[in-house]
Amino acid sequence: MSNTMINIENLTYKYSTIDEKSFTALKNVNLTVDSGEFLVILGHNGSGKSTLAKLMNALLLPTSGNVFVNGMDTKDEEKLWDIRQTAGMVFQNPDNQLVATIVEEDVAFGPENQGVDPREIRKRVDKSLEIVEMSEYKNHAPHLLSGGQKQRIAIAGVLAMNPKCIILDEPTAMLDPIGRKEVMKTIKKLNKEENKTIVHITHYMEEAVEADRIVVMEKGEIVMQGTPKEVFSKVKEMKEIGLDVPQVTELAYELRKEGIDLPTDILTVEELVMAL
Amino acid sequence: MLKDITIGQYFPGDTIVHKLDPRVKILITFVFIISLFFINKFYPYLLVLGFILTVIKLSKVPFKYVFKGLKPLRFIIIITFFINAFMTKGVELFSIGPLTVSEEGLYQAIFMALRLIFLIMGTSLLTLTTSPISLTDGIEKLLNPLKIIGLPAHELAMMMTIALRFIPTLLEETDKIMKAQMARGADFESGNILNRAKNLVPLLVPLFVNSFRRADELAMAMEARCYRGGEHRTRLNEIKMDKIDFIVITIMTIFFGILISTRYI
Repeated sequence: MSNTMINIENLTYKYSTIDEKSFTALKNVNLTVDSGEFLVILGHNGSGKSTLAKLMNALLLPTSGNVFVNGMDTKDEEKLWDIRQTAGMVFQNPDNQLVATIVEEDVAFGPENQGVDPREIRKRVDKSLEIVEMSEYKNHAPHLLSGGQKQRIAIAGVLAMNPKCIILDEPTAMLDPIGRKEVMKTIKKLNKEENKTIVHITHYMEEAVEADRIVVMEKGEIVMQGTPKEVFSKVKEMKEIGLDVPQVTELAYELRKEGIDLPTDILTVEELVMAL
Repeated sequence: MLKDITIGQYFPGDTIVHKLDPRVKILITFVFIISLFFINKFYPYLLVLGFILTVIKLSKVPFKYVFKGLKPLRFIIIITFFINAFMTKGVELFSIGPLTVSEEGLYQAIFMALRLIFLIMGTSLLTLTTSPISLTDGIEKLLNPLKIIGLPAHELAMMMTIALRFIPTLLEETDKIMKAQMARGADFESGNILNRAKNLVPLLVPLFVNSFRRADELAMAMEARCYRGGEHRTRLNEIKMDKIDFIVITIMTIFFGILISTRYI
């Protein structure tokens, strides 16, 4: 197996609007995601990060350039279903991605579509629900669950398809702080314990801290990338493109401006306390 | 408030009636309706009553639930009763003003009312003892043979499932939009019918727009989860006929046979 999960080469994507004008959402993007990596894509609205996610799942096809998922070209129609199985996708709105009226039926939706044997589906459903810690809700109706729980069901639904990589398109954007915490815990667990490659798209800086690598996008281009420490140490550059850094990092930055000697790569409260 | 409405008044249980193959239940209900129209005397109704009471007893559904199904249709039953009572010609029994009630009319009226009541009770027993999911599953399986003439059985069942899934979501949303519009001074409760209908526009427009957006996102999510129509699709809980299903089919065939034959003796 190759070590590269997703390989994006010179990717450009243009949306065409009704009056025949086109809008370039992504310009010449080059990016590789390694197997087992926890990658976070940061950027604010309109930076092209959601478009990039849909291109990784062959929901959109590149205007020019190439996207390879586990070595498969997304333009190859015969590989379409293999690609979608390899790179599962979780969307922003938990309500609009659940199909069935009962939790376990919804989790089963993916493998049912793949034509998996019913006994195997049962096994996968039970295991997926266990991983996201929602086993006790398997006979509930999804609309009675909280946002965080619904989103975990959506993750279980993707997990049941046995993907190697999971792309999460702002899965926490519509959740309350508790729901967000639950979902982040689940995502980390998937990466550490289940060895899934994670591409997590978000605009919450706190969620990016624990990533292996951060890619910052702005106006359809990658403007910065590196480890969280590298990216967040560039406080000034981040502010210039309208993004924040974690609160602690900002505090350290302000203290440093006042002449207190602190390292530039502080990301957590503990690190700041230690440094002081 | 809107959340309280439940579509498909399923009453969960673990009885033999609940466990029966949904296809068998749907077919029985279907034949039940047909045979009701074969009945032309009073005494077969005793059999029907016995049948319904037995099913209620076996399914452990509280009697008042079955009765609740009659409530929304009470006017239809009453109107049918009076139309039959007044409009049937025959030996005069008594008269109120220009309206006369004949012996045959009264007989016909009671007969029709009973038929309607049994019809409604029988069908609501189906929805009370079958979950929406197995109901749609059953319908899909039953319609499968009609695929030959181009009937999209799987698609129909999928549409029903999605509709059922989104009813509570959309009700919740309606509630939210209604409150938001009320907070801005919209009035949904006063004025005549025409005015009220007009006032619903600010509610319906956002509701429709949002539904389209939801549909778009759901379609995308379904595609991302490899949905490509009914072909090569397997099911988590494949429905299959058990021994008990065949026993029930046999008993019901005999029962309906007797019921229908009463017409000719």
